Amino acid sequence: MSTLSRSDVAHLARLARIDMTDPELDSLASELDVILEAVARVQEVATPDIVPTSHPLPLRNVTRPDVVVPSLSPEAALSGAPASEEQRFRVPQILGEEA
Amino acid sequence: MITHAAHEMASAMQAGEITSVELTQAHLDRISAVDSQVHAFLHVDTEGALSQAKSVDDARARGEKVGPLAGVPLALKDVMVQKGIPTTAGSKILEGWRPPYDATVVSKMKSAGIVILGKTNMDEFAMGSSTENSAYGPTHNPWDLTRIPGGSGGGSSASLAAFQAPLAIGTDTGGSIRQPAAVTGTVGVKPTYGGVSRYGLIAFSSSLDQAGPCARTVLDAALLHEVIAGHDIHDATSIDAPVPQVVQAARSGDVKGMKIGVVKELNGDGYQAGVRSRFEESLELLAKAGAEIVEVSCPNFEYALAAYYLIAPSECSSNLARFDAMRYGIRVGDEDGASAESVMNLTREVGFGREVKRRIILGTYALSSGYFDAYYGSAQKVRTLIMQDFNSAFGKADVLVSPTCPTTAFKIGEKANDPLAMYLNDIATIPVNMAGIGGMSLPCGLAPEDGLPVGFQVMAPAMQDQRMYSVGAALEASLLSQWGAPLLSQIPALAGAK
Repeated sequence: MSTLSRSDVAHLARLARIDMTDPELDSLASELDVILEAVARVQEVATPDIVPTSHPLPLRNVTRPDVVVPSLSPEAALSGAPASEEQRFRVPQILGEEA
Repeated sequence: MITHAAHEMASAMQAGEITSVELTQAHLDRISAVDSQVHAFLHVDTEGALSQAKSVDDARARGEKVGPLAGVPLALKDVMVQKGIPTTAGSKILEGWRPPYDATVVSKMKSAGIVILGKTNMDEFAMGSSTENSAYGPTHNPWDLTRIPGGSGGGSSASLAAFQAPLAIGTDTGGSIRQPAAVTGTVGVKPTYGGVSRYGLIAFSSSLDQAGPCARTVLDAALLHEVIAGHDIHDATSIDAPVPQVVQAARSGDVKGMKIGVVKELNGDGYQAGVRSRFEESLELLAKAGAEIVEVSCPNFEYALAAYYLIAPSECSSNLARFDAMRYGIRVGDEDGASAESVMNLTREVGFGREVKRRIILGTYALSSGYFDAYYGSAQKVRTLIMQDFNSAFGKADVLVSPTCPTTAFKIGEKANDPLAMYLNDIATIPVNMAGIGGMSLPCGLAPEDGLPVGFQVMAPAMQDQRMYSVGAALEASLLSQWGAPLLSQIPALAGAK
């Protein structure tokens, strides 16, 4: 059963923002086919009456009092930035891109 | 002294027989002598470790009360952030990054006077079972340098077995603490989910990830467990309840009257003969120590692996979106006129390794519209079934047990090109993560056919972590009296060691 074509994988790579090479797309397409066939076994027992579990704990929202507490300095927060300018992250252009 | 248990080192310091500086230097010397062969470490913080050690010695000299592990050195898995220390999670995408803050586990250890020697190697972003997926090259198993030390925390487990550190921190998403412990003859504990803060742990699969202690003895793991566990306001999934009495349990090692459930589905076909025989012998020892052995069935465990390889990739495809080349990590292709999107695409292509990309794409697919219900949705339902299996099994037994892994350590490269074969290593460890309960692996001997360590897994209900330590300590004591010396005394000497 072939489920994923090379162009499907290329589409997924675009969604995941990874600029994959052609050989990578080829090998992933065949590997993912095998993996998907194996993991599709979950469908054998996942009947409609079962409530899905997303997390082992009952999650609730956790808040703290709305008061100012010490945090990272701008220098510390920017210390790992690939580029920064005037206490801000400098990023490549996000507007005016060519289509 | 470096071959002793951590609690023995602590006693020796308390008695004034050795200082933390001397002990730390001895471990740094050992790392220099053998790490070219083992490659357990990605970064060694010689200056920082010696300065931490000196502060402990000074505090002790001033007569201050210090913690039970004060002055003992430790190896930290590189997925945990430590302020100012290079942290990569085994990935190229974080090469050169120095975090601006400490993980909660790190700050707790610093307060307890534990000396952090450096950062250990791991599969990239903790995705793997062999440490071969590290962008910085594999770690070698000290029992046989041609074999894997387990993964993802192979650097941490190997550092213990090679006597480079008596304590280590690991993280366990599907077995990354327990499987490396099993194949290196060391002890590894995945606490109850939420028992140890995830703040400062670089996320792989947030509903499964859990940090925990790695050591050479059950008591050492318990002592470290008590240091790192507890509620943390910085982690919304941290459990606000008292830490289970793990040290007390490890000291008493009492299993009289305890019901130990053998999980029928986690044994048998596919498990190596020597793994099975060592496991069966351990059950006999526990029965002799006063436990009652019963068989339990968890019929849905056979779907756990499939569900895991949908849930973990789905969560990772979302978590790893943060590596976008904007705020930290490497940036590739930032030339005049390049768009943010093209920089992001190029950086992620260059920065992520093969397994990480495979899982991101798998997760992106499992979460995509039209496939969500069939894959991610079904996997979540299997998760419910696994939790039900555990609930019913814990109605019949206080703890559950199984071999930690189906086989002993395999050869480096043997499964590198077969993702599914690699995933099968975690078949017995994954159910624990799916249910958020606790799991421990401790050594139970060497497989007769290959002379390599076998791991014994103990599983306990959520927030009943002390039960694993009772069983672990009881089995460890019985085995020790049989062997006459710890299992690691049989490890071959590494060339170049003094």
